[in-house]
Amino acid sequence: MVQLEILVYPDDRLRQVSQPVKAVDDKITGFIADLEETLSSQPGCVGIAAPQVGNFLRIIIVDVSSRPQHKNHGHLVLINPVITSKKGSSVGREGCLSVPDYTGKVNRSQFIEVKALNRFGSKVAFQMEGYEARAIQHEIDHLDGKLFIDNLVGNRNSLKKRNEL
Amino acid sequence: MQNWYMLTLVGRDRPGIVAEVSRVLFDAGGNLGEASMARLGGNFTVMIMLQISSEKEEVENLLNPLADQLKLFVHVDKIIGDLHHHVDPNFRLSVHGADQAGIVAAVTGSLALLEFNILNLESDVGGTPEKPIYIMHIEGFADCSLSSLEKSLQPLISEKGIVVHLFPIDTMVG
Repeated sequence: MVQLEILVYPDDRLRQVSQPVKAVDDKITGFIADLEETLSSQPGCVGIAAPQVGNFLRIIIVDVSSRPQHKNHGHLVLINPVITSKKGSSVGREGCLSVPDYTGKVNRSQFIEVKALNRFGSKVAFQMEGYEARAIQHEIDHLDGKLFIDNLVGNRNSLKKRNEL
Repeated sequence: MQNWYMLTLVGRDRPGIVAEVSRVLFDAGGNLGEASMARLGGNFTVMIMLQISSEKEEVENLLNPLADQLKLFVHVDKIIGDLHHHVDPNFRLSVHGADQAGIVAAVTGSLALLEFNILNLESDVGGTPEKPIYIMHIEGFADCSLSSLEKSLQPLISEKGIVVHLFPIDTMVG
C-alpha cells in the first residue's frame, strides 16, 4: 500500500467528472487499499474520493467511526455511489484535504439514501443522516468535479438552530 | 521587502468604496490578504490586510487623497501577516434579546473565564427604535466541554433575560 499524493485546489483536475467503475477487479481493489492508506494518514479526516488523488473513477471512502457521537455505518468503501433520495437540510462546517487551511459552512441534505457497490462488487444501500450524510455528499461532489467551496453559505444566518455536527 | 499592514477604513456608506480603495492599492503594487467588511449602523467599515513594499507613511499618503474624497477615516498599522494558520471554531453561540447595555460584556466575560477564544463575532440591532432587539453570533474555540460552557452562561441568561443558544461545531473534513 502506498500513500497517494492529494491534488490541491486550484488544480483543474479536481473539476473533472469521474467515470463509473466497470468491474471491481484486482486493480481496483489495489487502488482502494492505497486510497485507504492515504485517508488513514490524514488525522481528523473522515472521507476521501478517488479524484482527490488523480484517479477519476467513482470511488469514495467514508469512515465516521472515529466520531462515535455521530450515527454511522463504520468504514464504507462505496463504488459508483448514487444518492437515491434526500430529505431536509442542515448547515455545517466542512473542510477538505484538497483545500488546505480553510473551512466553511455548507448546506447539505440532512437525510439521504445512497446505493453503491461495496469493495467486493456487491450492491449495498444505506440510510444516513447528519454528519455521515454530509461526508457522503461532500465526497460524491468530488466525483462530479465539485468542491465544498462552490456551495458556501454566508456567516450572517438566521437564528434558527443549525446543525453543525 | 514586502510589509504587511492592517488598514482600517470607516465612513458613511455608499456604493463603490471597496472598488475604489482596492483599485488604488492594486495600482500602487499592493496585494490584499484577508479582509472583513461590514455595514454597521449605516457606516461603512472594513479591515484589510495589505502587503506592499511601501513604508507606513507612504501607505497613508497613498490613501489620504481617496480618504478625503470619500470622507473616510483611515488608520494604518504595521502587522505580522500570519496567513495559513486558521483556527477552526468548535463552538457557536447565538444570543438574542431586548437590547440593553452589557450583553456583550456579560456573555464574553463568561466565555473568557473558560479561555474561549472568539474567532468571529457579528451583532446587529434589529426590531424598532421603540423596541430594539440585540442579536449576536459568536464562533470560537475553547478547550472545554459544552456543559461547562452552558454552566458558565446560565446565570446571565436569567439575569439579562436573554436567549443564548450554544452549539458544538464538528468540522467534517473529507
